[in-house]
Amino acid sequence: MAALTPISRKPLSMVLPSVALAGAFAGMFVGAGNGSIILGILAGAALIAALAWFYITVLKNEKMARWINIIGFGAGGFAIAGPLGGVLGLLGGWFFAWFIYWLYEGRYRRKLLPYLTAKQVFYHYLFRVICGAIFVFLITPILVVLPLSFNAQDFFTFTPEMLRLDPEGYSLKHYRDFFTNNEWQRSFKNSLIIAPIATIISVTLGTLAAIGLSQSHVPGRRAIMGILISPMIVPLIISATGMFFFYSDIGRFLEGTLGMNKNFVGYLKVILAHAVLGIPFVIITVTATLVGFDRSLTRAAANMGAGPVRTFFKIQMPLILPGVISGGLFAFITSFDEVVVVLFVGSASQKTLPWQMFTGLREQISPTILAVATILVVLSIALLTTVELLRRRSERLRGLSPA
Amino acid sequence: MTDASDNAGPMLAADGTPLKQSLARSLRRQKLRALLLVAPLLLFVLFSFIVPIASMLFRSVENSIVSDTLPLTVEALGNWDETGGELPGEEVYDAFVRDMVVAIENKEHTRLGSRLNYEETGMSSMFRRSGRGLRKLDPETDGPFKEQLIEIHEGWGDPQTWRVIKTHSPQVTNGYFLNAVDMRRTPEGAQPQPEDKQILIKLFGRTLFMSLVITGACILLAYPVSYLLATLPMRVSNLLMILVLLPFWTSLLVRTSAWKVMLQQQGVINETLVWLGLVADDARLVIINNQIGTIVAMTHILLPFMILPMYSVMQTIPESYTRAAKSMGATNWTTFWRIYFPQSIPGIGAGSILVFILAIGYYITPEIVGGTKGVFISNRIAYHISSSLNWGLAAALGTILLAVVLLLYWVYDKIVGIDNVKLG
Repeated sequence: MAALTPISRKPLSMVLPSVALAGAFAGMFVGAGNGSIILGILAGAALIAALAWFYITVLKNEKMARWINIIGFGAGGFAIAGPLGGVLGLLGGWFFAWFIYWLYEGRYRRKLLPYLTAKQVFYHYLFRVICGAIFVFLITPILVVLPLSFNAQDFFTFTPEMLRLDPEGYSLKHYRDFFTNNEWQRSFKNSLIIAPIATIISVTLGTLAAIGLSQSHVPGRRAIMGILISPMIVPLIISATGMFFFYSDIGRFLEGTLGMNKNFVGYLKVILAHAVLGIPFVIITVTATLVGFDRSLTRAAANMGAGPVRTFFKIQMPLILPGVISGGLFAFITSFDEVVVVLFVGSASQKTLPWQMFTGLREQISPTILAVATILVVLSIALLTTVELLRRRSERLRGLSPA
Repeated sequence: MTDASDNAGPMLAADGTPLKQSLARSLRRQKLRALLLVAPLLLFVLFSFIVPIASMLFRSVENSIVSDTLPLTVEALGNWDETGGELPGEEVYDAFVRDMVVAIENKEHTRLGSRLNYEETGMSSMFRRSGRGLRKLDPETDGPFKEQLIEIHEGWGDPQTWRVIKTHSPQVTNGYFLNAVDMRRTPEGAQPQPEDKQILIKLFGRTLFMSLVITGACILLAYPVSYLLATLPMRVSNLLMILVLLPFWTSLLVRTSAWKVMLQQQGVINETLVWLGLVADDARLVIINNQIGTIVAMTHILLPFMILPMYSVMQTIPESYTRAAKSMGATNWTTFWRIYFPQSIPGIGAGSILVFILAIGYYITPEIVGGTKGVFISNRIAYHISSSLNWGLAAALGTILLAVVLLLYWVYDKIVGIDNVKLG
C-alpha cells in the first residue's frame, strides 16, 4: 500500500502530551529500578516533552535530532546501569526520536484510509501493539534459551557477568559437554538411529496407502482414513499406555520364545511405535498433494506403453515428491521429539535425546539442556525452511498460484 | 431400424463379454488394487496401534489373577454368606492352604497380595508375611487350618479379608472403573471411597477445568493475531507467520525447558521484575510448580494450533463484506460483531476442539512445570504405570480419557471434517 493520505504536520499541543505519556511509561521502569516510581514517571514525561519541544521548535533538523537522541540516551543508560543499560538506552533513544517525528510529521496517517477518525486511528495502532505483545509472548521463550546456553556458570539464569556483557560470562562449555559427555552422545545416537528408520517405514507405507486412498473407488474410505489418522488423535499418554502393555508382551515373546537379542528387540519396539505415530502426518500431507494431481498424466503414460511401476516412478513420484518429503519431515520430527512413548516402551539402552532432556529437566538441571535446545532450535529453523520451500515447489509443479 | 431391434441383446465390450459385466470386473479390479495398496499400512496400524489400544481396554476390566491363583478358594467361597459377618468354614481355609502352597511354589502369592492391596491396604504385607508360615504346611496332613492360619496372621481371622477376596474373584471386574471414579467394589455393591482416597474425580475436574482455561486463553490470544495475519498484505503476513511457525516446529521439550527457565524463582521473569524494581527481592512471584505455570506454558505451546485454523478460516472472509457494512453506516463494532465475527466462528470452533483435545491428554509439560497442584490426569496414569504398578487402574483411567477424546473427535469431525486437517 502506497501513501493513501496526504500528511501534514501536527500541532505541538497534540504531539507533546503524547510523547510525554510515552516518556512517563518508560520513566516508570527506569524509576522503579532506581528507587522511586513516581519520580521516574515525572522525570521521564518532562524529559521527553522538553526534548520534543527542543527538536521541533529550535533544532528543526530531523537527522541531527535523531543522532543526538540516540547518543544521549545511550550515554545516560550506560551511566545508570552499565553496558546493558547502554544498549537499552541506544534502543530507547532511537525509538523516541522516531516516535517524536512520527507523530509530529503525521506519518502515522500515511498508510491509513483518509476518512478514519482520530479514535479509529488510535484503536488501529492499539490493536497493532497488542498483536505485537502476543508475538513477543510466542517468540521470547525460544529466544531466551539461546544466550543462556552460552552461560559460563552452571546456572539456569542470567549471571551478573552476562548482564554486563562481559566476555568472561560466556563460554561454549555446555556445548563441549554435550559433544563429549557419553550419556548425551549415546542418547543423540539413539535418536539418530530410531528416527530415520521409523521415518522410512512410515513414509513408504504411508505413501502407498495415500495413493491407494486417492483412487476413485475405495470401499470404506472414511473408516480406513479414521483408523490411519487415529495415532494423531489419541492422546500420547493413552497410546503409550496401550503400547506399554502390548509391547512388553511382544518383547517377552520375541526374547523368550524366539531367543532374539534383547537390545535389538528394544530398538524394534521403539521404532515400530514411532513409525505408527508418524503415519498420520505422511497420510495427510501426501493426500493433500494428490488432491490436485492430474490423472490424465498417468493415463497418457500408460497410453504410451509405460507399465504401472514405471508410470509411478517417472510420472507420479516426481510430482508428489514435495508432499512425500514434507510428510517425511513431519514424521521425522515426531519421532525425534517424542518422549512419552519411548519412556514407556523403551528401556534404558534406547534412551533418546528428548528422554535425556526430560530426565535432565526433572532431576539434575544442567545448562547442557539449553545447549541441546539451541541446537534443536537451529534444526527446526532448517526444517521449517525446507518445508516452506517444498510447499512452494509443489504448488509451482502443480500449476497452482503461489499462495 | 429393424436391424437395431434385432441386436437388442446386451451391449458387448471389445473382447465379446457383455459391457456391463466387463465394467463391473474392471471396477472390482480397481477396488482390489486400491485395497492392496492400503492393506500393508492398515495391517501395520491395526497390529501396532489398534491392538495395543484394545489390549488396554481389555486390561481395564480383566481380573483373572484372583481366580487363577486361588481357584479352589474361590469355589469354596461361593457357598459362604459374606454379609453375615461370620468367618468362612474350615473347607475355605483348607482350599486356601492348598492354593497358597501352589502359589508360593510359583512365587505368585506376592503378586496377588499387591493386586488385593489396591482394594484393601495391608493385604500385600499380609500375603508376604503369611507366605513364610504357609510354606511349612502340608495340605494333606496338617489340617485343620483355620486356627493355624489365624495364628500365622490375625488378618485371616477377619471376615473383611475373605470378603475382599470373594468380591474381587470374578474374571471380569468393574472394580478398576469404580476406582477411577473414586468408588470401590464391595459386597454391598459400589460404594464411595473413603474421603482421604477421593482424588481422581477432583483430578478429572481439574484436567477439564485447566484445559478449558488454556483453550480460552488460546482463543483470546489467537484471535487478534489471526485477524492481523489475515488482513495484512501477503508479503508481510508470511514474514510474521514465521513467528507462529517457529514455535510450532520447535521441539516440545525445548519449549518446556524454556518455560522452566522463564518461570523459576531465579528465572528470567522474576529476575527482570526484580531488576526493574517492580517486585521486591524477597517477594518473588511463585509462577512455577503450580497451576499458573502449567496454564502459561501450555497456552504458549498450544497457541499455534489455534492460530493456524483460525487464520485459514479468516483468510476466506471477503473484505468487501465489512466494507459494505461500513458503507451502509455500521460502526466499527457493529461491523465486527455482526459481519466479521459470525464468519470467523468455524475457525474458533476448529481451533478450540483441536487445542482442547491436545490439552486434555498432555503429560510432559504439566510434569515439568506443574509441580503437584498443576498436574493432569495423564500424570496420574503415568504414575500408576511406572510407580504404583496398578496397571488395571491406569488402563481404566486411560479408557475414560480415550472415551472423552473420541467423543470430542467425533464432534470435530462433524464440524470440520477429518479431511480438512491441514499442517503448516
